Amino acid sequence: MYSLNQRFDNMEIPEDEHMTAGHVACAGCGASLSMRLALKGLGKPTALVVPACCWGIIPGAWPQTAMEVPFFNTAFMTTGAVISGLKAAYRRRGMDDVCVVGWAGDGGTYDIGIQALSGAAERNEDVIYVCYDNEAYMNTGVQRSGGTPLGAWTSTTPAKAPKSEPKKDMDEIMIAHRIPYIATATAAYPHDLIAKFKKARSMRGMRYIHILSACPPGWKTPENMSIEIMRLAVLSNIFPLYEVENSEVFRQTVIPDEVEPVNNYLRSQGRFKHLTQEDIQVYQREVTTRFERLKERFDRIAV
Amino acid sequence: MRKVLTGNQAVAYGAMLSGVEVVAAYPITPQTTIIETLADMQAEGLGDFDYIRVESEHSAMAACIGASMGGVRTFTATSGQGLFLMHEMLHYASGARTPVVLANVNRAPAAPWNIWSDQTDSLSQRETGWIQLYCEGNQEVLDTTIMAFKIAEKLKLPAMVILDAFFLSHTSEPIEIPDKEAVKDFLPTYDPKDIWLDPDNPHTFGAIAMSDPYMELRWQIQRDMEIAKSVIAEVHEDFAHHFGRMYHQVEGYLAEDAEVLVICTGTAASTARVAVEALRAEGERAGLVKIKTFRPFPGEEIIGALKGKKKVAVIDRNFSPGAQGIWAQELRSVLCELSDQERPMVYGYIAGIGGCDISVKTIKEIYYKTLESHRPDDIDMWVGVRHV
Repeated sequence: MYSLNQRFDNMEIPEDEHMTAGHVACAGCGASLSMRLALKGLGKPTALVVPACCWGIIPGAWPQTAMEVPFFNTAFMTTGAVISGLKAAYRRRGMDDVCVVGWAGDGGTYDIGIQALSGAAERNEDVIYVCYDNEAYMNTGVQRSGGTPLGAWTSTTPAKAPKSEPKKDMDEIMIAHRIPYIATATAAYPHDLIAKFKKARSMRGMRYIHILSACPPGWKTPENMSIEIMRLAVLSNIFPLYEVENSEVFRQTVIPDEVEPVNNYLRSQGRFKHLTQEDIQVYQREVTTRFERLKERFDRIAV
Repeated sequence: MRKVLTGNQAVAYGAMLSGVEVVAAYPITPQTTIIETLADMQAEGLGDFDYIRVESEHSAMAACIGASMGGVRTFTATSGQGLFLMHEMLHYASGARTPVVLANVNRAPAAPWNIWSDQTDSLSQRETGWIQLYCEGNQEVLDTTIMAFKIAEKLKLPAMVILDAFFLSHTSEPIEIPDKEAVKDFLPTYDPKDIWLDPDNPHTFGAIAMSDPYMELRWQIQRDMEIAKSVIAEVHEDFAHHFGRMYHQVEGYLAEDAEVLVICTGTAASTARVAVEALRAEGERAGLVKIKTFRPFPGEEIIGALKGKKKVAVIDRNFSPGAQGIWAQELRSVLCELSDQERPMVYGYIAGIGGCDISVKTIKEIYYKTLESHRPDDIDMWVGVRHV
């Protein structure tokens, strides 16, 4: 099942840690693991800007913090703008080597923060923007966002009236901005995730990394299944792992030997419990169509 | 150097001479020529700063906060709707203790659309923790912009420089432009001390604070707003020492022996100077008190100027629907401290809303109305409005 063609599987994982244990994330949280791995890829000097989201509380309440890099909490819709200003300040101070990273959830990216993100991308700001996507407003108790997938239960799309629209295709929106680097990643493939952050750090201009991040309370899954479920999302092409340079060069970085049906992914989570076999067929068609569209572009240009 | 400048150009000169390092801005009438002038200054090498052309005023303030957290001097400008859109981030800037300086060209709130002068935009930001400095003329605009950086950075609180739409923003006056080196001597490079995102000394800022530390941090803002009163006075004196022009938080004009005092802010104060002189020529004992700072509210100076007077006529180019003019409310609350014998009757007039003119005639009319009235609630407080 895990036999994969991985572009980055021989990379060594850095031993350095830039966040400590003792943070307050839930057990099995994909977002806390993603941050730990991302910081390994980024290294120092790095500064983080985080809007309202789970990561606003994960480091702990004042005066405690789990972070060993400068960390600024900001208002919900401002990540793209604050990182633009912060990078300009470091440039003024002759500290252009500081990597400025915005780290927002799907609500802060797909919905309320999309304007500031789009502005920063259009200006090709020299920053990295990360969306850790747990597919709903998890910090406020699982409300629907533009990143919530078709058919999912949330506390504002109850099982009797689950989300009737497909997930907004944020990656395509970012591709349309024609920025230097876009990648998808998940903590289920740590080598791939770290390699993408390392690569992003080595580049200049706007970089966008989209991380699928399991949320046991929001997805209604057991805490010890997060890695398994994020891996299934990749293997069933629900969340293909790839990277895009200048909106021209597309590369799939983890290629499943055998594609799994979406059924296994959906059935592993309580938030999809109410779906009928028919619903799942619709879901499968949606996923296949999107992946085929993406696949056409993979390695189209010889590198 | 002496030059003819509009109020908006004066703001841009003030920011440039102050050595601003990051500007983030978004256009809106009647502020736009501030950020256009800054763009020209940067392009021509007159000012050396980073300029972020953001996609909204909300992002302009957010980018300024980000830059300020990076430890540099930051500036933006806006008006009316733009200031309303920034509201969330105005609170954020003071909470984060980022000394951002913002020039607001007063513009009336929509709907309906109106681009003319009205202080309701800035006065609506009363509780955001910003220092608010109002200006009467273009020289004061330039000088106040420079002083605002010094005041804000000393206190680690953001400051707003406020000028009337068109009456100042688009009106030209001859202005003394200070030498850049002299300004640098008055206002050295910004030192954020330990409140910035220093990679060598990493801290987490703005993390959730439980009720007790939160209340403590809020109390510190109030404590520093109280300290701000003396800091502003010191900066005014320091500025006069460097450049020979003295400003006051509260300034009287022919006020000492006046029986009825007119209280004005912004450009209405300069019209009131002329009106008071005309009234004096008619044998009236009229006087003017101009208030420059709204936050912190200079209560003691106001009491000093008004104590023992019979009547004061406050002219508000703004109002709070369901209550009254905002300067009048503030004034009444500080005058409550006086005894009945010492406390003047406060007449709160609403005039000049949405850019209606406050002329010498308007002010004289207000003066005589006040003089002849027995009680404020006997008369119509809205001046120059058709009741239809």
